[in-house]
Amino acid sequence: MNINTTKIISLLFFVFSAFYLYLAYQIQVFSFDENAPFNARTFPIYLGYAGLFFSGSKLILPDPNTIKVKHKNLEYKKTGTLILIAIIYGATILKVGYFLTTSLFLFTSYYFLGERRWILMFLLSFPFVAAFMYLLHGVLDIYLRDPFLQSIGVMG
Amino acid sequence: MIDGILIGLTTALTFQNILMVMVGCFFGTIIGMLPGLGPMTAIALMIPITYGFDPATGLILMAGVYYGAIFGGSTSSILLNAPGVPGTVATSFDGYPMAQQGKAGKALAIAAWSSFAGGTLSAIYLLFMAPSLSKVSLSFRSPDYFALMILGLTAIAAFSSKGQFLKAMMMVVLGLMLSSVGQDSLSDITRFTFDNMNLTDGISFVLVVMATFAMSEALTIILKRNDPTSVAKQVSLTELGSIKINKEERKKMYKTIPRSSVIGFLIGVLPGAGATIASFLAYGMERNVVSDEEKEKFGKGSVNGLSAPETANNAACSGSFVPMLTLGIPGSGTTAVMLGALLGFGVQPGPRLYMTNPEIFWSIIMSMYIGMVILLILNLPLIPYIARILAVPKNYLIPLILFFSVTGIYVMSFNNFDIYLMIGIAVVATFLRLYDFPMPPLILAFVLGGLMEENLRRSLLLSNGSWEFLWDRTLTACILLTTVLIVLWHIYKTFSKKN
Repeated sequence: MNINTTKIISLLFFVFSAFYLYLAYQIQVFSFDENAPFNARTFPIYLGYAGLFFSGSKLILPDPNTIKVKHKNLEYKKTGTLILIAIIYGATILKVGYFLTTSLFLFTSYYFLGERRWILMFLLSFPFVAAFMYLLHGVLDIYLRDPFLQSIGVMG
Repeated sequence: MIDGILIGLTTALTFQNILMVMVGCFFGTIIGMLPGLGPMTAIALMIPITYGFDPATGLILMAGVYYGAIFGGSTSSILLNAPGVPGTVATSFDGYPMAQQGKAGKALAIAAWSSFAGGTLSAIYLLFMAPSLSKVSLSFRSPDYFALMILGLTAIAAFSSKGQFLKAMMMVVLGLMLSSVGQDSLSDITRFTFDNMNLTDGISFVLVVMATFAMSEALTIILKRNDPTSVAKQVSLTELGSIKINKEERKKMYKTIPRSSVIGFLIGVLPGAGATIASFLAYGMERNVVSDEEKEKFGKGSVNGLSAPETANNAACSGSFVPMLTLGIPGSGTTAVMLGALLGFGVQPGPRLYMTNPEIFWSIIMSMYIGMVILLILNLPLIPYIARILAVPKNYLIPLILFFSVTGIYVMSFNNFDIYLMIGIAVVATFLRLYDFPMPPLILAFVLGGLMEENLRRSLLLSNGSWEFLWDRTLTACILLTTVLIVLWHIYKTFSKKN
C-alpha cells in the first residue's frame, strides 16, 4: 500500500470516526428510551460506522489520483500570521469593542499582506468600519456591543 | 380562477404595491449581500414596517424582500465565494470560478436571468397548480423525506470527479457529524458538547459555510500565493462587468432553465425541503444530463452549472409558498417567518384562503411575477458596478473577506467561541482542500443532517425499528431506486473511462 498524505488524512478520519463512535455510545439516554427503536444515540452510531467504512475503504483501496502538494511553494508564514491576527481579533472583539478591533484587524492584515499605501489602508479600515457599523447598528438596528466607543461617549 | 387572477393583478399593480415591490427588492438585495443576513433576517426586519400596511401590501413587500435577498446572496456567492444562505451554496460552484476568469458581470447576469426565468416559470406553475399540488405535498411521509435526503446526498457524486467518490462520502459523513453536535431535537439530551455551553445549540450553518467557503478560500489564496484578482487585472473594467451573454451560452440556458425550474418548484412545494435541496439536486441532475465535454467544465465556470441551481432555488422559493398558502405549513424557515406575519395580520392560511381572501392569495402570486421583473430591471444595470469588487487588489480583498466572515458570525452570536470555532474549521478545511477533499458535500450534509435524523427517527418509530419502511411505500422505493441508479451510473462511467 502506497503511503501518501491522502491516506494519512483517511487514517486520521478513521481514528476520528472511532472516537466519535465511542462518544456516541457514551451518550446518556433516558432509561425508558434505552431500548426504543430510535433514541439520541442511534443516528450518531450509524454515522460513526459510516465514517469508519468510508475512511477504511479509502485507506485500503488503491488511490490512482494521488495529489502531490509542493510544500516549498506554500506561503505558511503569511497564512499563519493572518490566522494569528484573526485569533487576536476574536479574543478582543468583546472586551474592546467592534469598531476598534475590526479597524485594527483590517489595518494590520493589509500591512502583513504587503500593503504600504497608508492613506488607503486607513480609509479602508477606520472610516470603512464606521460606515459598516452605522449600516448594521444605525440602519438595520442590529446591536453591536462596543465598550471602547461607550467609554469615549460616542455610543450610548 | 380568472376572477382571482384579475383581482390579484388589480391589487398588485397599484402604485403603492409596485413601489413596495421595488423597495423590497432593493433592500432585500443589499441585506442578502451581507454575510449572515439572509432572506429570513431581511423579512424579519421588515415585519414591523409591514404592520402599517394592509395584509396584501405587507406580503407584497415581503415577497420583494425575499427575492431581492436571494439575488443578493447569489452575488456574494459568485463574487466572493461567500454564500450567506444554504440556497446559494451551489451557485458558487461555477459562479465563483467564472468570476475568477474575469467574467464576473456575465456570471451575475446569468444568475439574474436564470433566477428571473426560474421565478417566472414557477409563478406560472403556482398559478395553475397550487391547490392540487398541496394535496401531493401532503402525500409525502417521513420515509419519503428520508429517501429524498439520501438522494440529495448521493447527488454529491456529481461534485466528485473521477476517483473522488470516497473523499466526497467522507465529507458527507463529516458534515452529518458536525450537524449532530448539540441538543437532540426530541429528548433535549446534549451530544458531543464536551460540557461546553456554546455548543448546546449546535453549530450554526453560517459559521460552517463561512469557514469552509469564504475563510478557507481566503487562506488558500494566501497559502498557494494565488491572486484572485490577476485575471480581473488583465481585462478591462468594461469587460469584467460586461453582462453580455452570447448565443451559445443562451442556448445552454434555454435547455437548463425549464428542467431546473420543474425540479426547483416540485422540491419547493414539499414542506421542509426548500431551496437548498432543490439547488443541489438541480446541479447534480444538470451535470448528469449534459454532454461529457460540458461535464468537464463543471466546477470550472460552466454556464449550465451556474444556471441550474440559480433557476432551481428561485423556483423553489415560489414553490415554498404552496404549502404555506394552501395548507398553512411553511416550506422553509423564510416562509415560516412570513406565516407568522400572515397570522399577525389576522389571516389564517389554509385550503380556504383563496376563497375567503382571494385578493391576498392571488395578489401574492401576481406580485411574485412583478417582483421578478422589477428585480431584473433594478439589478441588471447595477451588475457592471457590483462586478468591480473583483478589481479590488488582493491585499485588500482577502482581509475584507475575512472581515465579512467574522462579522457575519459575530452579529449572530456575540461570542468569541464561535469565532475561534470558525477559524479552527477554516484551517482544517484549507488543509483538506489542498488534498482535493470537496467541501460542497460537507455543507449539503450539514444542512440536511437535522432533517435526516428527524425523518429517520419517525420512520423507525413507526415501523417499530424495522428498516422495511425503505421499500414498504412505492414512492420511497422509487426514490431509493433512483439513488441506486445514480451510484451505479457513476461506477459504470468511472470504469468505462478507465477502459
